[in-house]
Amino acid sequence: MVFFFALIFTPLKLSKYKTLNLVGNFYTTVIRGVPELLVIYLFFFGGSGAIMYVASIFGYYEYIEINAFITGSMAIGIISGAYSTEVFRGAIQSIDKGQFEAAKVLGINKFGQFYKIILPQMLRLAIPNLSNVWQITLKDTSLISVTGLVEIMRQSYIAAGSTRDPLFFYSFAAVLYLMLTYVSMKLINKLEVRYSKGY
Amino acid sequence: MDFDLMVTSFPKLLGATVVTLKLLSASLFFGLFLGLFFAILRLNKNIFINRFAYGYSYVFRGTPLLVQIFIIYFGLGQIEYLRTTFLWVILKEPYWCAIIAFTLNTGAYTSEILRSAFQTIKPGIIEAGKSLGISNKIIFYKIQIPIAIRQSLPAYGNEIILMMKGTSLASTVTLMDLTGVAKYIISTTFKPIEVFIVAGGIYLFMTFIIHNVIKYLEKKYSFQ
Repeated sequence: MVFFFALIFTPLKLSKYKTLNLVGNFYTTVIRGVPELLVIYLFFFGGSGAIMYVASIFGYYEYIEINAFITGSMAIGIISGAYSTEVFRGAIQSIDKGQFEAAKVLGINKFGQFYKIILPQMLRLAIPNLSNVWQITLKDTSLISVTGLVEIMRQSYIAAGSTRDPLFFYSFAAVLYLMLTYVSMKLINKLEVRYSKGY
Repeated sequence: MDFDLMVTSFPKLLGATVVTLKLLSASLFFGLFLGLFFAILRLNKNIFINRFAYGYSYVFRGTPLLVQIFIIYFGLGQIEYLRTTFLWVILKEPYWCAIIAFTLNTGAYTSEILRSAFQTIKPGIIEAGKSLGISNKIIFYKIQIPIAIRQSLPAYGNEIILMMKGTSLASTVTLMDLTGVAKYIISTTFKPIEVFIVAGGIYLFMTFIIHNVIKYLEKKYSFQ
């Protein structure tokens, strides 16, 4: 989800065309300037309304309810997509200009240039920052609990409510999150080593 | 688009912004001191003190802010002993709970920012101070701290903005801050887009101001 949004919007920000550039800038500024919780509320309360509106254009008037999981992952995807866009932009801009020129000289087309030459180099540069984004995203998922989707936070909320033992269950949730961040940190470190081969 | 709703909800949201700003400034103020304290502990050579400070920042940076607020607001009230002490006066108020959670959270991030700033100070500067016969204490307060603050300004600016967005979580413990009021209006009127535009606009405006203030300070205190 995240990669999907980031890959759509990064070219927009780098684009030569003013309008496309503006759209990309608007997206990253707004999403990064507005609290995650507010975006989630927008999707949760506004999501089904928006889809129903689109459906009504096509002549479908029944009530449509979207799954909390889908709205949640949409919201989180859009939020961290904005952060990753910035990361990718920074990474691409720090790639040597000569690389682009060399690719052009060799007669590689635009598509090949981007996917075979720029992307692999960019990934290496982007991984440390992406890991930050990943950690932030991991913690942002706890916010989805406000929409009623049962994840770690929601589950501990329910457990705490029914057993009247909030201290234990929330601490347990905290430990779970810590474990998740620890494991993902280790994995990302491995990835980093792998992608910096030859440097 | 319901422009009337946007106009009528604007003053309400502005009123709630005051709560958000209060939360933000209080937690940043306390968090800065806490962060400085733990950054100094991190630089201590004693392994236990060092580990303790590292553990603090690891735990608070590794768990979601929401969990921290819930533990402090719902969890601590469970300990019978706490209810008898004077702390209970503070801990039963969601406002103070939110501030405590935000302070601890931002303190952890700030300590990391300051620690890395301290570590990037060139040893030559400290040595120069020493060779001029300046005492260790004065080197720390007059040389290391000002340089560290300058170094950490960009990162600290990010932290302020993150914290500003973090205050929106206060709405989950019944505090009526900007997000809390926005959610209330959304759930009574079922017009999420309009309210989102107004509330988001206010947040964006605050981000914009913070961003520019930090930029100005960076320029003012740059070494050139």
